[in-house]
Amino acid sequence: MKLTLRIWRQSGPQDQGRMVSYAVEDLSPDMSFLEMLDVLNQDLITSGELPVAFDHDCREGICGACGVVINGRAHGPEQTTTCQLHLRAFRDGDVIDVEPWRAKGFPVVKDLVVDRSAFDRIIQAGGYITAPTGSAPEAHATPVPKPDAEVAFDNATCIGCGACVAACPNGSAMLFTSAKVTHLNVLPQGQPEREQRVLDLVAAMDDEGFGGCTNTGECVASCPKEIPFASIARLNREFLHASR
Amino acid sequence: MIDHTVGAPIADTKSPDVALERRWDERKFTAKLVNPANRRKHRVIVVGTGLAGASAGATLGEQGYQVVQFCFQDSPRRAHSVAAQGGINAAKNYRNDGDSVYRLFYDTVKGGDFRSREANVYRLAEISAQIIDQAVAQGVPFAREYGGLLDTRSFGGVQVQRTFYARGQTGQQLLLGAYQALSRQIDAGTVEMHARTEMLDLIVVDGRARGIVARNLITGELTTHLADAVVLATGGYGNVFYLSTNAKGSNASAIWRAHRRGAYFANPCFTQIHPTCIPRSGNHQSKLTLMSESLRNDGRIWVPKRPGDTRPPDQIPEDERDYYLERLYPSFGNLVPRDIASRAAKSRCDAGFGVGPGGLGVYLDFADAIEELGRPAIEDRYGNLFDMYQRITAEDPYQVPMRIYPAIHYTMGGLWVDYDLQSTVPGLFVIGEANFSDHGANRLGASALMQGLADGYFVLPTTINDYIGSTTFDAVDAAHPAVTATEAEVRTRLTRLLSINGTRTVDSFHRELGLLMWDHCGMSRHDSGLRSALERVPELRTEFWRSVRVPGEGTELNQELEKANRVADFLELAELMLLDALLREESCGGHFREEHQTADGEALRDDAHFSHVAAWEYGDRPVLHREELTFDHVHPTQRSYT
Repeated sequence: MKLTLRIWRQSGPQDQGRMVSYAVEDLSPDMSFLEMLDVLNQDLITSGELPVAFDHDCREGICGACGVVINGRAHGPEQTTTCQLHLRAFRDGDVIDVEPWRAKGFPVVKDLVVDRSAFDRIIQAGGYITAPTGSAPEAHATPVPKPDAEVAFDNATCIGCGACVAACPNGSAMLFTSAKVTHLNVLPQGQPEREQRVLDLVAAMDDEGFGGCTNTGECVASCPKEIPFASIARLNREFLHASR
Repeated sequence: MIDHTVGAPIADTKSPDVALERRWDERKFTAKLVNPANRRKHRVIVVGTGLAGASAGATLGEQGYQVVQFCFQDSPRRAHSVAAQGGINAAKNYRNDGDSVYRLFYDTVKGGDFRSREANVYRLAEISAQIIDQAVAQGVPFAREYGGLLDTRSFGGVQVQRTFYARGQTGQQLLLGAYQALSRQIDAGTVEMHARTEMLDLIVVDGRARGIVARNLITGELTTHLADAVVLATGGYGNVFYLSTNAKGSNASAIWRAHRRGAYFANPCFTQIHPTCIPRSGNHQSKLTLMSESLRNDGRIWVPKRPGDTRPPDQIPEDERDYYLERLYPSFGNLVPRDIASRAAKSRCDAGFGVGPGGLGVYLDFADAIEELGRPAIEDRYGNLFDMYQRITAEDPYQVPMRIYPAIHYTMGGLWVDYDLQSTVPGLFVIGEANFSDHGANRLGASALMQGLADGYFVLPTTINDYIGSTTFDAVDAAHPAVTATEAEVRTRLTRLLSINGTRTVDSFHRELGLLMWDHCGMSRHDSGLRSALERVPELRTEFWRSVRVPGEGTELNQELEKANRVADFLELAELMLLDALLREESCGGHFREEHQTADGEALRDDAHFSHVAAWEYGDRPVLHREELTFDHVHPTQRSYT
């Protein structure tokens, strides 16, 4: 396969940035999107140019490190992570735009790399259960009804990639935050901090400059882990309940 | 070829000389305590934020130490433990199927082919039950029965159901639990977290580990961090093979630099090959993806009975299929341990029975399980794995059997530690996959997560108190000669890498090294192959330092510089792995020397000469120190799964 990539190049936060066009050839449809960037980078290095910086690590769709906007969609045309997107999703000869996540909460570091540490600060505000080590009760002492365990699980699968923010016209972090609130608030272990948790997480989310939710649903459409839209409704309900 | 010398034997002096069942209690009792008011005066560096590092950082922070923690990823939540799929073992005996601490201990020692320490393994089995309690208390959403109680399943190499799981994402869920606990401490101010920061060297002052040199990956700034103790939780070195199931960033730098500063490196040749990996599809491949071993619970492994049979699997009738694991190992069938399953697959493919492109694959077939249990049950158990397989291969495993092939997965070798998890450099502790101690020559499925969390939540936080409580620390500041000299060495090395400006990319060296290692130090090894690789690796290293091209500057985000720095270390470590493999003239666990096999092609151990840990001291000529292993409870027998 042969593709033309138009990639966002930005040497650092101060640089204005621009789209630069590259032709890549001899590609296989079985390659992942990131493997194509590897091929491009090998060519760039050999020809004396600077390679394109992008974030990636596990390359099996679970660490959440990778993520770029491809032809205007977070992670590209399929609902998966960029590392699990393969070139078979494109046609020979396509021209593809590749850009970093764009949101106020995610400043660009270099090329396709953005700073997502705001997500960590949201978790630090209360996205946990206070459970000191070494003194936990016997695991079977806390039964969890299977339906609740399933809801918790569906939300716990969030990988924190940030696609929801990048896809949202408001740059909102509601889906990420709602996943964590839902995971912990439906479990019996999460009850003591239930109200404080949602208040603190929402406050942290606002402080980081993420926008509000207007129920557009783009976040859900782009989420590689299919975090349900209902979680946002649950976040709102938990928030109202806690702020009575 | 690299020369070596043999040094004095080494021994673990920290495991108390009492009955096996009482050792950990005894050690906890005799370990010095540090009172809470004094803990805040001590600073501890933790490098790495995987299961071992995050759980250690969270626990030490909660205890009141000043923790300074590092990871090279942009967030601690992305450490590679996140990708572990299958599950975590614990001797809870919830199934009443005869499990016990002693049985988990027994299975682990046997599974490790009698190359691990009994005392360490017993402690691991003991702590396993507490880990589940801890994770459940944190809200880790393990799979549950309708009655609300925890579900379990069985896993490769064992006959009881002791594996706790969270769909196929157990590592992710356990890591998020530890990450959240760590996040709580970061917010409380007890842990100072440095993400996107990489340890580049260990600072040793008067023989003790007192700090590290780190590089901020965004700005390129080199900083020194000083402390009373350093904990390495930096994972394994499987990426020496280039293609492996490890995350791309996983590297050996932290442990290798510590090795160069005096920490012994134990059993470097012990590499685990995972039997259920998706076969590679081409030369562009950047890494391999494994499918959880739990799939072997319900999947049946087979190849055509006729070599070179190219018919699609659904056109090969039942009596023309060879379910070779069930045939060769009737009592364990598809659940034999990893090394056995891997070698059996390779031997079928080498003999011409392989399926898929290049004949490097065997079928993992769910047709019978779907027929018997129904598709919804299979979706419930393995849905995300099936989706992942389909995404990568564009084949639907509900319709056609999966194709799998073995791949490099885990390294059992690592820095040598005593029962306290302390290395040969006082004050340097090593936990999780970065150390060598608990898995012997082969790791049982679902035991890595158990060890990472046991070390981080329970063992280290106890033993480090003993070190801190019994040591007087001289003040060391940034102007200390050992600190400035170490930093200067790091700076010189980075400058040198950037100034070579040669013609070959870092990746081209890494790929060449990886292929060499897979061919000669991979699933099977033999004398002449190891010797030829020992000739080639030093040449490749010389070529690297002469003709690598590292573009860009050191004062910015420079991913090529990061890689070059790590590949330089892999080029040194590879040689030690080869040497260790050459000297270990036996087959055991993941180390299969072709000269040492039974008539049936099974691994042939040599307990009379090799029942030891090979602990290597760094030097121009590496020095081999042997730690004799004694087995008072589980008597070494030829491992048999037939």
